[in-house]
Amino acid sequence: MCLAVPGQLLERWLGPGEIAYGRVAFGAVRREVCLAYTPEAQVGDYLIVHVGVAIQRLDEAAARATLALWATIDALPEGDG
Amino acid sequence: MRWVEEFRDPAAIHAAAAALAAATTQPWTIMEVCGGQTHTIVRWSLPELLPPTIELIHGPGCPVCVTPIEIIDQARALALRGGLTLATFGDMIRVPGSRGDLLSARAEGADVRVVSSPLDALRLARERPDRPLVMFAVGFETTAPATAAAIEFAARERLANFTVLASHVRVPPAMAMILSDERCRVQGFLAAGHVCAVVGTGEYPALVEQFRTPIVVTGFEPLDILAGLLLCVRQLEAGRAALEIGFRRAVRPEGNLAARAAIDRVFEVIDAPWRGLGLVPAGGLSIRPSFASFDAVRRFDVEPTVAAAEDRRCHAAEVLRGLLRPPACPEFGVGCTPERPLGAPMVSTEGACAAYYRHHRPPPKAAR
Repeated sequence: MCLAVPGQLLERWLGPGEIAYGRVAFGAVRREVCLAYTPEAQVGDYLIVHVGVAIQRLDEAAARATLALWATIDALPEGDG
Repeated sequence: MRWVEEFRDPAAIHAAAAALAAATTQPWTIMEVCGGQTHTIVRWSLPELLPPTIELIHGPGCPVCVTPIEIIDQARALALRGGLTLATFGDMIRVPGSRGDLLSARAEGADVRVVSSPLDALRLARERPDRPLVMFAVGFETTAPATAAAIEFAARERLANFTVLASHVRVPPAMAMILSDERCRVQGFLAAGHVCAVVGTGEYPALVEQFRTPIVVTGFEPLDILAGLLLCVRQLEAGRAALEIGFRRAVRPEGNLAARAAIDRVFEVIDAPWRGLGLVPAGGLSIRPSFASFDAVRRFDVEPTVAAAEDRRCHAAEVLRGLLRPPACPEFGVGCTPERPLGAPMVSTEGACAAYYRHHRPPPKAAR
């Protein structure tokens, strides 16, 4: 029920009641997602989707900052566990 | 940015594991709250990368597992009345109630459908406006916004045949309950990242303060788990307790304001039972009276819940409190398997027992 993998917004449109919807790719799987709570999401953005509804847009700058933390730590020598 | 592969990169994972080992000088017991995190930990064998003095306890963060047995019974009774369609998530139809699961209700003729979203249930209701449709919706703050959307859309469309049997629960009060247990061994929490992506972190400073326990909001990839553990251990080693966000790409302190507003419009906070934990003060959400016509309990006069007995062989209550590791359960893999589960943690894709069964099944016990 809780899908941890982010999906990429491929296209978006306005549905009934001016609610935004979109098509989201999770790897090879594509599905329709409600964007009612992420109306700012643009095509190309990565979203966290739970049971058919996008609950958050992922922040690329924050992701890069997290990854940079580990790139600056020297990896252990081989065989040192 | 590919969003997944980078957070599974072996070099980064080993760098994080090395930093964690360097930061750890004594034993620490840390609970990961969310079942999705448990699956990452078990699937990637992360305990083998940790210093031996760090013990991980698996938390109750599996919505299917904590849905009370009485509500499964209610859903089953409703489905068996006939004349309506009951829709629910795939995981829910195999969870045992006291008189069987929803799959067995379907075998007895009930119209039980699997949907992957409450909005799919709404679509079914639109297609057959003459037939009542009940969405049996469970889940944490991650799932509640979808249920709220379905109810609000149905209200806007005046879709009279759509109702929801809702059993949504709130995670922070359950963390408080775990910390209040005198048997509790948890010294730090990895909080559930996606729950916080929705509701933010506003409820955590009070918990940190009251129980002097570090809380680190953590994601779901192996690197996220190790980074969360490192932040938590650094606090523990320094004798500090604070709230930290280790999952900034998804979690802002205020969460998702639009989703929070929808939850608040549709639901009110109630004391609610969690399977395995008991009644959790402020631990659940109930549909507000202003949306009463979409509440299946009110529309169908569903009988009030009566406490039902769990299968006595099932130790799920101890597993959900972090007091028993799944492989230590006498029924694990013997009397209880995903095909014939005794309790919900063996059913759900997020259940701790299912995680161990799937990824770390011991060889069959030798015949004597």
